Parts: sequence; structure tokens; C-alpha cells
Amino acid sequence: MKSFGRGGWRLLAVIVGVGGLAAVPLVVARADILNLLFLVFLYVTLSESWNILGGFAGQVNLGHAAFFGIGALVTRGLWLQGWPFELTFAAGGLTALLFAMLIGVPTFRLRGTYFAIGTLGLAEVLRITTANALPGVSSLTTEYVAHYDLAARYELGLALAAACVLTAWLLLRSRAGLGVLAVREDEQAAQATGVGALPHKLVALALSSLFAGLAGGAFAFYHISYYPELPFTSSWTFDSVLPVYLGGIGTLWGPVLGAAVYILVREELAVSLVQVHQIIFGALFVVVVLALPGGLVDAWHRLGARRRAITRISPP
Amino acid sequence: MNPQAVAQSVVFGLFVGGNYGVAAAGLSLVFGVLRVLNVAHGELLMLGGYVSFWLFTLAGVDPFVSVLISAPVLLLVGFALHRGLFVYVERLEEETRIKNSLLVSFGLGLVLQNLAQWAWTADERSVNTTYAGGSAMVFGLVFPYTRLASLAIGCLAIVCLDQVLRRTYLGKAIRATAEDWRAAALAGIDIRRTYLLTFGIGAALAGVAGSLVSIGSTVAPTLGAAWTLKALVVIVLAGMGSIFGAFIAGLLLGAAEAISTLFFGSTYREVVGLVLFLVVLLIRPQGLFGRGPR
Repeated sequence: MKSFGRGGWRLLAVIVGVGGLAAVPLVVARADILNLLFLVFLYVTLSESWNILGGFAGQVNLGHAAFFGIGALVTRGLWLQGWPFELTFAAGGLTALLFAMLIGVPTFRLRGTYFAIGTLGLAEVLRITTANALPGVSSLTTEYVAHYDLAARYELGLALAAACVLTAWLLLRSRAGLGVLAVREDEQAAQATGVGALPHKLVALALSSLFAGLAGGAFAFYHISYYPELPFTSSWTFDSVLPVYLGGIGTLWGPVLGAAVYILVREELAVSLVQVHQIIFGALFVVVVLALPGGLVDAWHRLGARRRAITRISPP
Repeated sequence: MNPQAVAQSVVFGLFVGGNYGVAAAGLSLVFGVLRVLNVAHGELLMLGGYVSFWLFTLAGVDPFVSVLISAPVLLLVGFALHRGLFVYVERLEEETRIKNSLLVSFGLGLVLQNLAQWAWTADERSVNTTYAGGSAMVFGLVFPYTRLASLAIGCLAIVCLDQVLRRTYLGKAIRATAEDWRAAALAGIDIRRTYLLTFGIGAALAGVAGSLVSIGSTVAPTLGAAWTLKALVVIVLAGMGSIFGAFIAGLLLGAAEAISTLFFGSTYREVVGLVLFLVVLLIRPQGLFGRGPR
């Protein structure tokens, strides 16, 4: 089969992998495993969505938590008021997108750090304002808890993560995606060849914030009780960025790999080193950004290239 | 609305704004010279606040005196952070440099915040001096002595910085480096030393602001992000690279927040800064005191 090349096999492997993961709740009844995998899916969505803007479009977003938090706030609020969940889920994602445009349109017109400042500000302002306006814990009522089904949360998380990665893949293969990459590489050159910087940055931001908002909705659907300000805390932004750099910024699979590794290691560490694990990961992040900007995927490729180079040099 | 009440809130807003100004001046200086945007600036301020708190609690040092200690302590912290981290960011091209400085300092801020939480717990701390209650009355408005003294120290720090930048050889070197580091290097200025000293001075200003914050309000490990945000908003409001402008913009932000609190309540107080930030970007992106697009 000539047409069924490497890409075809890869696609098949991904479809089988996602299908296998979707079947897990049918086979595995252990809640701890489903909870852990749900977390992995949530962080894959967060990281890949950060990567769409930060990796593909090259724009540093220091307030991803803002979009995640908006999604959680809107979804939770409407859902507890009795709206059907599907509707509140969409509303959460779209509201996040709306706020993203509010910050993105004025800041992307200017070059420099304004977007990073704007997103950082949005997250912090929303965190403090939510804490002021909604000081109490948001808990599911007994009626909701009675209908709580972990498998449904699991499947939602998986579907969301898969949809996010698929969107990133489709974007990379599209004309708009090429434009986004061109803007990252050289804004002026892109503009000169008729590729508008502003619309392409906004496309990447829209997809990025939409998925972050939906992830927030999944979080609101999953957790039984939490403080409404919690999804706005900057550690959510950090948790979205670290896997991207760990795995490899600007690659499709880097954030997926990074998020999976990060969550598995973190959950292991969190048990033994409750308070110190954020210090360790913060320091690790700084080191990765400074010393290994390509992440694990790049390190792997470089290792492969070196191995090939060595075999090539070896005497005939 | 009673004009007396409005005037009184504006007065208190200006006192808070003085601290915004000092925090922003340090951040603005570092950004203007190194082209490094340190979003962990608020965490440095938090460290300065803890220096004052511990000196007061353990040794009984008056917080106004401990400004003289927190500034040099933070100067050293700044040197260490520059040598250990930001030196590696400086080597990059301008666009990557700013981007990586944002990421590195974001991680650094998280580390400092968690370190503080680990070492000193998440409790909110404050310095309560015996003379804290006293105040002067002018035209029926209350001016607490501690607030007046804080504002005076803030002004003094800004004037000192301005004089150093204007009159000393170091100041000339800093200004030249900010203008064009290649030309400055060609003229024999030691760029790396200038960068190191500038970063240290910026951190020292954060230390001063932190000490002043410990007097007027509380210190907690999570304080940093909010102060970084205020400083950033103030810098955008003032226009990048203007030290006096940053101080005045800080006062403006403080007053604007106070007035909005009066009208909309304190719940939405933080929104003011973000709205001002967006409005300035839309109407006057070079800032209120900026020189305009180059």
C-alpha cells in the first residue's frame, strides 16, 4: 500500500490509542486510575491550547489561568442554576474566547510585551475580583452528587484533549496555520508578503482560549467543591506552560508528552513532598527554558541526529 | 456624593499610589536598560516586606529604619539573581530576550512565592508600631503620620535614583546602555557590570517598596503577583522608561482606584488598573509621559 505511508500508520496508531483510552472505564473500575487519567487529559488540553498560541504563533501568554477560570466560572454558575451541562460547557468556552479578544485586539496591534502584561493582568484581576465577589466554596448539591458519574467526566476529558490535539494538527496543516507560523518566524516579513500579523495571532488566540475555557468547564463539571477563585490562580498558567517546554514548544506531540510526564511525576511527588514540589518544578522550568529550550522532543531528535551522524562518520 | 469624602479617598489613594510608583520605577528601570521584563518584581517586593517584618518582630527595628537594611539586602538578592539567571537571558536577541525573561521570571516568581510560604507560612503579617494611630488634620482631611512618612521616603528614593542617573558616572553609563548598548560598549562602558548594577538597583527599589508596604498594610507570600501587576500597569500608563513618569502614574493609579472604590465598592477595585491599561493602549500606546513612537 503505497499511499498508506508513515503518516497513515501514525494516524491509525493515534485512533487506536484514543479508542483504547475511551474503553478504559469499561474495563477499569478503580477510581484513582480514572481520576489520574482525567487529570492528564485536562493538562494535555491546557498545554496544547497554550502551545497553539505560545508555540505556533510565538506569543507569550502569562495568564492562561484567566481563560481556564472564566470557563470554570461560567460553566459552574449556569450548570448549578439548572441549565443543561452541554450548553453551559459551550458558554464557558465562548466567554473565555470573548475575554481573550478583549485583551488580544488592543495588545496585538502593538509589538512588544503588552499581550503578556494584559493576560497576566486579566488572570490576576479576575482572581482577586472573584475572591471578593464569591468568597464561599462552590459545592455541588446532593442532587448533583447523587448523579455524579466519574466515567462521564473521564470521557469528556478524553474527548476534549483529543479535540484540542486534533485542532492543533488541523491548524498546522491549514493555510491559516502556515500564516501563524510565518508570523512567529518574522512578523515584518510575513506582513510584507501579505500575511497579516493581527488576524493570524487572533486566530491562534481564539483557538487557544476556547480550549482553555472548555478545560475550565470540564474542571467545573469534575470537581465536587472548590473555591471559585482557585481556577484563576497563576499555578494553572504555570501548569500549562511547563509541560509545553518540557515536551517541546511548537511541536504537536511535545505538550501531550510533557503533560503526561508532568502529571505522573507530580502526583508521585505531591504525596511525598507536599509543599516543596512547586519549588522543584518552578526551578526545573527555569532551567529548561534557559538550557533546553527545545524540550524533550528536541533533545530526542538531537540525540537521534547525533547517533545517525556517528554511524555516518564511522569507517566504511 | 460628599466632596469631603471624595477628597479623603483621593488622599488615601495617593498614599497607596506612592508605593505603586516606587515599585514601578524599579521595574521600569530594569526593563528600560536590560530589556528584561522581570515579572518576579512583586516577589522581590514581598521579600523586602518580610525583611522589615522580621527585623521589627525579632529585633524591634523601626520599619522606617529598616528601609536602610531591606534596600541593600535586596540589592544583593538582585546581584545574585542577575548572576545566576538573567545573565543567560541577556545574551539573546531582543525579541527572544524579552520572551525568555518573561518565562524565566514567571518561574522564578513561583519559586520565591513557594519558598516564602514554606519558610514563613502563608499567614498575613503586619508591622504595628506604637505611633501608628497618629495623624494630622488639614482642611478637615486626615493625613496619618506613617502614611505621610512612607510617601516622603518613596519620593526621596525616586529623587535619589534620578540624581544618580543624572549626575554620576554610573548613571551616565546606565543611560547610555539604555540608549544603545553597542555604542555604549564601543565607548568603553562595561555593559555586563552596568546590567548587574541596574538589576541590583531595581531590586533594591522593590525592597524599599516592600518595607513601605509592610508599614501600611500586610505582607504575605502571595503578595507578589498583585504588585507586579500594579507596577506593569503603572509603567504602561507612564510610558516605558520614564522614572518620574512612573512615580506620577503610580499616584494616578492609586487615586483612580480610590475613586472607583467610592463609587463601585471595593469588590471591583482591581478592575480599574486593567481598564486603564487597555484604554491607554487604545488611545495613547506610548503612555502618558512617553516620547511617542520612535
